[in-house]
Amino acid sequence: MPKREDLKSILIIGSGPIIIGQACEFDYSGSQALRSLREDGIETILINSNPATIMTDPSMADHVYLKPLTTRSIIEVLKKHPNVDAVLPTMGGQTALNLCIEADEKGIWEDFGVKLIGVDIEAINITEDREQFRELMGKIGVDMAPQATATSFLKGKEIAQEFGFPLVIRASYTLGGAGASIVYDPKDFDELLRRGLEASPIHEVMIDKAMMGWKEYELELLRDKNDNVVIICSIENMDPMGIHTGDSITVAPAMTLSDRTYQKMRDMAIKMMRSIGDFEGGCNVQFAVSPDEKEDIIAIEINPRVSRSSALASKATGYPIAKIAAKLAIGYSLDELDNQITKSTSALFEPTLDYVIVKIPRWNFDKFEGSDRELGLQMKAVGEVMGIGRSFQEALHKATQSLEIKRNGLGADGKGYTNYDQIISKLRHASWDRVFVIYDAIQMGIPLSRIYEITKIDMWFLKQYEELYQLEKEISSHNTIDTISKEMLLEAKQKGFADRQIAHMLGCWESEVYNKREELGIKRVYKLVDTCAAEFVAKTPYYYSTFEAEIETADGNRYVHNESVVSDRKKIVVLGSGPNRIGQGIEFDYCCVHGVLAAAECGYETIMINCNPETVSTDFDTADKLYFEPVFWEHIYDIIQHEKPEGVIVQLGGQTALKLAEKLDRYGIKIIGTTFQSLDLAEDRGSFSTLLKENNIPYPEFGVAENADEALALADELNFPILVRPSYVLGGQGMKIVINKQELEETVVDLLRKIPNNKLLLDHYLDGAIEAEADAICDGENVYIIGIMEHIEPCGIHSGDSNATLPPFNLGEFVMQQIKDHTKKIALALNTVGLINIQFAIKDDMVYIIEANPRASRTVPFIAKAYKEPYVNYATKVMLGHNKVTDFDFNPQLEGYAIKQPVFSFNKFPNVNKRLGPEMKSTGESILFIDSLKDDDFYNLYSRRKMYLSK
Amino acid sequence: MKYQNRQKALLLLEDGTIFYGKAIGQPGTAFGEVCFNTGMTGYQEIFTDPSYYGQLMVTANVHIGNYGTAEDEMESDSVKIAGLICKNFSYEFSRDAADSSLKDFLNKYNLFAISDVDTRALVSYIRDNGAMNAVISTDVDDIEGLKAKLAEVPSMAGLELASKVSTKEPYIFGDENAAIKIAALDIGCKKNILRNLAKRGACIKVFPYNTSFEEMNAWNPDGYFLSNGPGDPEPLEDAINLAKEVIKRDLPLFGICLGHQVIALANGISTYKMHNGHRGINHPVKNVLTGKGEITSQNHGFAINREETEANPVVEITHVHLNDNTVAGIRIKDKNCFSVQYHPEASPGPHDGEYLFDQFIENIQKVKTV
Repeated sequence: MPKREDLKSILIIGSGPIIIGQACEFDYSGSQALRSLREDGIETILINSNPATIMTDPSMADHVYLKPLTTRSIIEVLKKHPNVDAVLPTMGGQTALNLCIEADEKGIWEDFGVKLIGVDIEAINITEDREQFRELMGKIGVDMAPQATATSFLKGKEIAQEFGFPLVIRASYTLGGAGASIVYDPKDFDELLRRGLEASPIHEVMIDKAMMGWKEYELELLRDKNDNVVIICSIENMDPMGIHTGDSITVAPAMTLSDRTYQKMRDMAIKMMRSIGDFEGGCNVQFAVSPDEKEDIIAIEINPRVSRSSALASKATGYPIAKIAAKLAIGYSLDELDNQITKSTSALFEPTLDYVIVKIPRWNFDKFEGSDRELGLQMKAVGEVMGIGRSFQEALHKATQSLEIKRNGLGADGKGYTNYDQIISKLRHASWDRVFVIYDAIQMGIPLSRIYEITKIDMWFLKQYEELYQLEKEISSHNTIDTISKEMLLEAKQKGFADRQIAHMLGCWESEVYNKREELGIKRVYKLVDTCAAEFVAKTPYYYSTFEAEIETADGNRYVHNESVVSDRKKIVVLGSGPNRIGQGIEFDYCCVHGVLAAAECGYETIMINCNPETVSTDFDTADKLYFEPVFWEHIYDIIQHEKPEGVIVQLGGQTALKLAEKLDRYGIKIIGTTFQSLDLAEDRGSFSTLLKENNIPYPEFGVAENADEALALADELNFPILVRPSYVLGGQGMKIVINKQELEETVVDLLRKIPNNKLLLDHYLDGAIEAEADAICDGENVYIIGIMEHIEPCGIHSGDSNATLPPFNLGEFVMQQIKDHTKKIALALNTVGLINIQFAIKDDMVYIIEANPRASRTVPFIAKAYKEPYVNYATKVMLGHNKVTDFDFNPQLEGYAIKQPVFSFNKFPNVNKRLGPEMKSTGESILFIDSLKDDDFYNLYSRRKMYLSK
Repeated sequence: MKYQNRQKALLLLEDGTIFYGKAIGQPGTAFGEVCFNTGMTGYQEIFTDPSYYGQLMVTANVHIGNYGTAEDEMESDSVKIAGLICKNFSYEFSRDAADSSLKDFLNKYNLFAISDVDTRALVSYIRDNGAMNAVISTDVDDIEGLKAKLAEVPSMAGLELASKVSTKEPYIFGDENAAIKIAALDIGCKKNILRNLAKRGACIKVFPYNTSFEEMNAWNPDGYFLSNGPGDPEPLEDAINLAKEVIKRDLPLFGICLGHQVIALANGISTYKMHNGHRGINHPVKNVLTGKGEITSQNHGFAINREETEANPVVEITHVHLNDNTVAGIRIKDKNCFSVQYHPEASPGPHDGEYLFDQFIENIQKVKTV
């Protein structure tokens, strides 16, 4: 029995702007769902306010509404599309679910005759109302931690008295653990209880007895209308209970569960899913297991929707959960669908892995000065990376190499902690460096039993760490690479040590290690993610690298098994943007995906390299070939050596990709579009200002200093206020505006301590100036400005944190002309081939250049959405030399204005100063279309500008 | 624990292909038919499953040994596989409920094992070239010698192995005073089948592989059970005759895996050796009577002929394997007899098929009340 015949038109709700706890994984799920529905000829209508997403591309749905996620917008959309049969609210995270419930309560779905598919409101209510949920679990015989609900402060106090400490407080109906806390000390209880009650929209908290140290697991389930349930993936949190799963280092498949306990957990998960209601789709269940011989299992929670973990599970197994969940929602049963990877076997099955994945979250505490950096029940990570390897150790290493925090992996880089007290304290208070500290502790000689006692991380993981350290020690005992045997080098590579780390152990160059492995024939090979551990032939080109032992054919040929067969087509590599972080988020994934699609249109085989499991770029059907690998030199170089592409696109993947340009250039690998020399010229303040001077373009007075003395001397020339920043950074990291010498000195000392050996740039800060930016496409001869945006806030607030309008709302003809002239001149002077973004400060009708970035910027997706034009597609074709700018028929369409509004996640960091400045702090953005400047929303923003100015 | 250097080892396939690796412990050599299992949990259950007798087991899961072994998770009295080939072997384990490391466990049963093999390449190779005989050994310098010995190992096709793993003497499992008595023919029976039956209020008497119907009937059982087991079903003439006798008398009969094949043979349906078999705990089966799917544990290198089953007037297909449409379950029309190719007793694997034990008990009770 195939799909339901009553569903011809379906509304999908997106997840809105990126915030902590709800990131671009919902772009992945929404995009998959839309594609999946359209495959079945269903008309799709999407509502989402986040312009930096692939799902809001005009090509993704029949009708895309970039509107605020409110019931008002829903009514507007439904009025325009009275034929909508159903709404699928499970693809847009908690935001979409909450909106769906609100609309349900207001009777909107009923009014418009819209059915709910993929979910059951009753199911959401049960899972969100912890009291009801607890009752239900009791009824079906699933154990939970002792737990009680408090709707008042007094009730909360009573419960605490009964349970004793430690306790967990969780606020009802919140996201990413907002308002949740662990209370060890009774004297903290009042404050934390109050915070929890306030965080809950219904003023309700659940108080649990803390199951500290219990092992934590998650299962991802799918169910169809025939009540068939399959487990797509088991995920083990290396960090036990007490750290939010979004902040935990997680591993798949589960590493330390026996079959008996795993199957018991599987039974419980299925029973739980069946008990909460009757719906078709995805579901995530979390469990805790006692770390003793009893192996008791208790349920933590169940989420009847696609989640962050399902995105991870999809990337971890190759099984496209969102795509299949959408099919199930429209009435297919699992046995009617194909396994999307093998195309020959059934979708009704459970993926099996012959590799390990490790996910490590990416934090940005440096952006939130004063924040509590300790990990706990409330998620604080802004992004994540996934490493795939043929062992836990290799996957762990690859994940650490993907983080882009200037580490090369575990150990062997001289950056570990070496102070006993500091290590013990860091073990006790887990933070962003959790994954590294364990290694440091072992290196220091702290016994595993002690590490276990403090962290409760399962001994198996600790022993894996210990093995790594033993190998490091063994290698380090050789004083030269010459005496390293093939077996040992192979083992080191199999355990994921980077060439750089091995070089560090032996005191030689990275290139010597590379050459040694070339000489010994230790070659990186590529394996397939195929859902079935090679049991069936897979059709999908989704690869990861590893090192393997040799095989010898009957006629004596020795080889290593490599599944990535190189075609004879011309190829292009697109470097992805790695983990999401503040200043580099989903917009670069948007650009990468469009780059891939455009290159394919130009006839290239496209190769994507990225390590962010939340993205569309790492969907197995985005590029012709996906290498799920760290965007880390060694891995990229090996892929390039293997594939021999015509070139590499670096200007779409943000700073991550861009900073690899130098090395690519040095190794003679062609960079597509703007050359490394031009990229470098734009980054180098000195040469860039020379270029500006030659072109008669004004810029604020500036200078370069390497120490505080130089900075103070420079201050006399520049005059205060002065903007201080390190060179080569992202999102205004470390940027400060200082108004006197004392502040300057403090800032310089602080910056040089944090980022030693860096040059500091000092600019005269144009106080009270207006900021604007322009994005353009240039083919080296012609320039087309795709958009100019004016910031509503005055200069001094990071462009990523400013509200901005497209087109500008109060720049005169004279100023606009300067912006256009400067943009064209600079684009040409830099020999730009592709995209360029230029930032301006305007004071007294004079336009100054703040900076120029010859790459895709954060605003490009926004402008593309506002004008309904595929600018990244055009820019990629220009980069590839396939087209000239003049080939395109530009036809931007926008009535009125589009306002870019930043969105912040400050509620996750209660003690952090919310004041905005030159350092970016927003996590996401939304788009708002207004007809005229008389619009109330604009008026509100504009009046706030005055507030900034008066400060 | 210190860094350890390990001895080189290899896997030599009968077609001459060699996969290199390292020995896990003592040097050694082991022969058998190489096959792979894709399950991510349950290695101890697999290694002690009598159906794997004589096989060199390749575990596709990359880590083996993580949670040690536990005495009460045995599927028979000893390790039944002939040798182990894996990727990463955990010398150390972490589980309070375990009583031994996998290393000590394998030593106890003298099992030779190698690791650090490119198991994914090996699984692909078996998938493409079929199951075949092989040898694992630390004699990496005597490949010719190994080849010569390997040539003497008989092929699995036509090989009767049930006698090697069957109990020598009958024994009772479960409560002797239970209301239901089931006679089980042990042609390689997994313990968890007996546990499942006993749990449902049955007393089981387990008989050796060559027991006749008369001998079993003398115990006066309420139902008959044919177990799983290793090797080719065709040479199991005694078991086939037993099945015929039970079916003829319309007594309640249930068969699992090898027992299922025996029931098919008793009805004139032939069996064949599969290309590389089904071994894993994620196999999708559709119950065609209810339309529902089940995720099942499977472990078989032989299967029953589908065309002959469809053409057979008295046999009906009840379960189908969703990946390759092979027969996963049958019943005999108008008789109290059914069987499945997969393992409803799981261990390792999902419990989706456990209802079959309920069904068997119901079948018995129906007869008893009449």
